[in-house]
Amino acid sequence: MNSFNDIFETYNWDDTKASIYAKTSDDVERALAATKRTLEDFKALVSPAAAPYLEQMAQISQQLTLKRFGKVLQMYVPLYLSNECSNICTYCGFSYDNKVKRKTLSPMELMQEVAAIKAMGYEHVLLVTGEDNVNVHVDYFKKVLELIRPHFAHISMEIQPMDLEDYEQLTPYGLNTVLVYQETYHQEDYKKHHPKGKKSNFKYRVETPDRLGKAGIHKMGLGVLIGLEDWRTDCFFTALHLSYLEKKYWQSKYSLSFPRLRPFSGGLEPKVEMSDRELVQLICAYRIFNEEVELSISTRESPAFRDNIIKLGITSISAGSKTNPGGYVVAPESLEQFEISDERSPAEIAKVITAQGYEAVWKDWDKCLA
Amino acid sequence: MLKIADKIFNSRLFTGTGKFSSSVLMEEALLASGSELVTVALKRVDVKRNDQDDLLMRLKYPHINLLPNTSGVRNAREAVFAAQLAREALETNWIKLEIHPDPKYLMPDPIETLKATEELSKLGFIVLPYIHADPVLCKRLEDVGTAAVMPLGSPIGSNKGLKTIDFLEIIISQSNVPVIVDAGIGSPSDAAWAMEIGADAVLVNTAIAISANPIQMAAAFKLAVEAGRMAFEAKLASAVSHAVASSPLTSFLDE
Repeated sequence: MNSFNDIFETYNWDDTKASIYAKTSDDVERALAATKRTLEDFKALVSPAAAPYLEQMAQISQQLTLKRFGKVLQMYVPLYLSNECSNICTYCGFSYDNKVKRKTLSPMELMQEVAAIKAMGYEHVLLVTGEDNVNVHVDYFKKVLELIRPHFAHISMEIQPMDLEDYEQLTPYGLNTVLVYQETYHQEDYKKHHPKGKKSNFKYRVETPDRLGKAGIHKMGLGVLIGLEDWRTDCFFTALHLSYLEKKYWQSKYSLSFPRLRPFSGGLEPKVEMSDRELVQLICAYRIFNEEVELSISTRESPAFRDNIIKLGITSISAGSKTNPGGYVVAPESLEQFEISDERSPAEIAKVITAQGYEAVWKDWDKCLA
Repeated sequence: MLKIADKIFNSRLFTGTGKFSSSVLMEEALLASGSELVTVALKRVDVKRNDQDDLLMRLKYPHINLLPNTSGVRNAREAVFAAQLAREALETNWIKLEIHPDPKYLMPDPIETLKATEELSKLGFIVLPYIHADPVLCKRLEDVGTAAVMPLGSPIGSNKGLKTIDFLEIIISQSNVPVIVDAGIGSPSDAAWAMEIGADAVLVNTAIAISANPIQMAAAFKLAVEAGRMAFEAKLASAVSHAVASSPLTSFLDE
């Protein structure tokens, strides 16, 4: 087996979807009673049949999360390096056909942004870019990592998928975690939403976590953009992908995200709406299926929703985020990737976390750890 | 009293600092536990500014000894590097060696652990390695200078109790260094059981940190560890699961 794609190709979207929608309350009850849950159990947990069991799922999810992670929430913040992009993605503010002025942070601008983020208390940072292989390439990332490494305990990246050799070049510079979202596992829809640019290659993207595993990346983040396709089916494929990766790249950690499509300048309306209730179902299903995976929530979600899911299974949370390069200090008006819903400061979020009987953790890694 | 390297411990309950809902609550729980050896993940603290680190500040008591741990490292090389950093920053040569390259179940790597123990012992560290309940590995660690062994009772954070009981008993029976049962102890009765079979100490974190009342739970563990130790020292009567036969099989020898 060379990559996840070999397994993925044995599945058919429509059959998978049908099997999820065919799950019954008996299947859900069996999944809830099991000690180790299978992928078939996961299907039951995300199926419409599980809706009446939401409270029970939330209780289990909370207990499992407490046992593994304790009463803590990891704080992180995105730092957008660039909004230049050669891809067309129908749902993204950075899409090439969105004719707005673009920006990539210079070293001096980068350090101003770093200072602003540090002043908020952050030790864990997530670097984000579009995909522009002319200006924002492996050498640029090396320079960025070199500059910021002394300032952060933990560095993640959400950038264009790269070759194995590129990742191998970046890890010695302190790159710990890479997030790469498949957006959707529906191949035809994927093509429709990514008509131009390197990103249009579904297979290259779906095989990216394999390259990350081979490069020995400490942690990788998976997820789909919810709203493009049937979320239950897309999230089943995410769970399948996760299970494959855990077995093959057993030295890596994993995290999952579940971004719901947000408005942006020039935007696409979601094809599929996911209600708050359904998002809670998904979060609990992921947790019950996998006790060890990290679950992350961003400022895409509203304050009321975020406050209420702190205890349900989430393990990391961002706050005070800007989704544009220079957003913290140097260019607050530059093109943003999406509008955020929760504008509260990190200190305010930390207070909310404390009020719920949890501790906001700012540092849970160290630059001395490889 | 328990002696590890050159230190005497009145309490046989070792504790951890993770998973608490606040550092204030952690401090109170650790005080209630009476613990004199508290492990701290290097990755959680700001070693550069350790005089300002909230977590470290709350452990500043004369009776509390810090036991920095290497959680997060994947091999011996990284572990040795992390231990040296901890020694420099926290001014202790004690180190809890945790090498778990498997981040899902946090299973300790016996090969890398043996290598790192040997190297760190040579560098003057007091090494307490977290390991599987593997009796042969324990003897090999003794050979390379370990100060104690810390076999797991069950997977870390699982609260499943002493699943490895048979192996723990072998380890305890043949060990020349203190045996500290680490990982998996989910309730005071588990801790008491470990002490009753002759463990020198136990390390408890999750079961205290995530209970509804960590301070009370810490006190409960304190009592359980003391009770278990007392029972061990008083020599438990062995359990008898059968009645004494009315026609003994060996009575003919007396005829």
